[in-house]
Amino acid sequence: MSKRTVEIHWGKHHNEHVERLNKHLKTSAFYGHTLEEMVKATYNNGSPLVEFNDSSSVWSHDFFWESMQPNGGSMPKGGVLDQIKKDFGTFTNFKDEFTFAALSIFGPGWVWLYLKKNERKLAVAPTQNAISPLVWGDIPIIGLDMWEHAYYLDYKDDRSAYVNNFLDHLVSWHSVMVRMMRAEAFVNLGEPKIPVA
Amino acid sequence: MALLRSIAISSNKTITLAPSARALTTTTLPPLPYSYDALEPVISGEIMMLHHQKHHQTYVTNYNSALELLHTAMDKGDVSAVVGLQSAVKFNGGGHINHSIFWKNLRPVNAGGGEPPHKKLGWQIDTDFGSFNALISKMNAEGAALQGSGWVWLAFDKELKRLKVETTANQDPLVTKGATLVPLLGIDVWEHAYYLQYKNVKLEYLKNIWKVINWEYAGEVYEKEAQ
Repeated sequence: MSKRTVEIHWGKHHNEHVERLNKHLKTSAFYGHTLEEMVKATYNNGSPLVEFNDSSSVWSHDFFWESMQPNGGSMPKGGVLDQIKKDFGTFTNFKDEFTFAALSIFGPGWVWLYLKKNERKLAVAPTQNAISPLVWGDIPIIGLDMWEHAYYLDYKDDRSAYVNNFLDHLVSWHSVMVRMMRAEAFVNLGEPKIPVA
Repeated sequence: MALLRSIAISSNKTITLAPSARALTTTTLPPLPYSYDALEPVISGEIMMLHHQKHHQTYVTNYNSALELLHTAMDKGDVSAVVGLQSAVKFNGGGHINHSIFWKNLRPVNAGGGEPPHKKLGWQIDTDFGSFNALISKMNAEGAALQGSGWVWLAFDKELKRLKVETTANQDPLVTKGATLVPLLGIDVWEHAYYLQYKNVKLEYLKNIWKVINWEYAGEVYEKEAQ
């Protein structure tokens, strides 16, 4: 991901959402909510309120930058890798599913690795426009922006090169680990090892 | 695109399709009426080439595939497959329709691009918007405000006999906003239409594109429908 792309994506697109959100907040009834709460509340079960677009975009872009790191990619380790293998079969299957979902989106959207709270397993899903798994109550673990502005300068229309490079060189498995650890406070992913007295 | 089939209604609850001679006509990418760099400096040759050869071509290719799958599903009477394919047909077919109109909406400056409309369309614009500039401002404002991807249209309502500015999301064609709406002009506000040149400054793209708009084409469509 080129410097130019990050400069414009973060400095202009993301920033514009932040500024517009702040403008909404001057008069919004949701002032005082945490950002996550605001995204869920303003999604309003599918009839989004005016603040949804900007609040969700701010949240998702923060999440996106933190889903990457310099010299990212390669493989996750330990518990994260085990969970991925458990829920996708193999790490390659996960990558294939993630890529397929990313390329299946009609129009602007995002692709997510997220934790399903009720089923207690990881899954991949694409979303439209500014929607994220927050709106349906699940826990995002990786978010990749599939809007054209995210990749066009670097890859033109070659979306699969963009997604492959993200998975192979950018995704931060360290962030994933931290997010999974936090998620385990809300979702019981395994049986506890209770020592026999 | 002609689909020949006979429909036999066997009871008031089921409709049986008797597959007779069914012609599968594939769509093809229409050629541009001008060279890729003919709209510079308003729209770069690079954008025009990618837009036509990659994006529009992809819609055409994927529409043809979706159509083939649709025919197979229909022949088998697979209702859920037919329904499942609708979004692919709408998206790719819409993309083809919209872009085919778009290439005709643009014209190089030295061939009359940007020349404001005169005669009947000009008067209709003054009647419905107050002035030509008011129309431009409105279209720019709606295009700029559009979140995500989509199109901004100058439409003629055949029934109400008046012009209207409309927007559609993604590749939804104008008719999805009203069956009586006829597209006179469509401006693509997907990021791929301007990003390489204008980056995030969509409004700059919108302000500039008027320099290469083909009002003659819009006028022809209008006069044909307004009779």
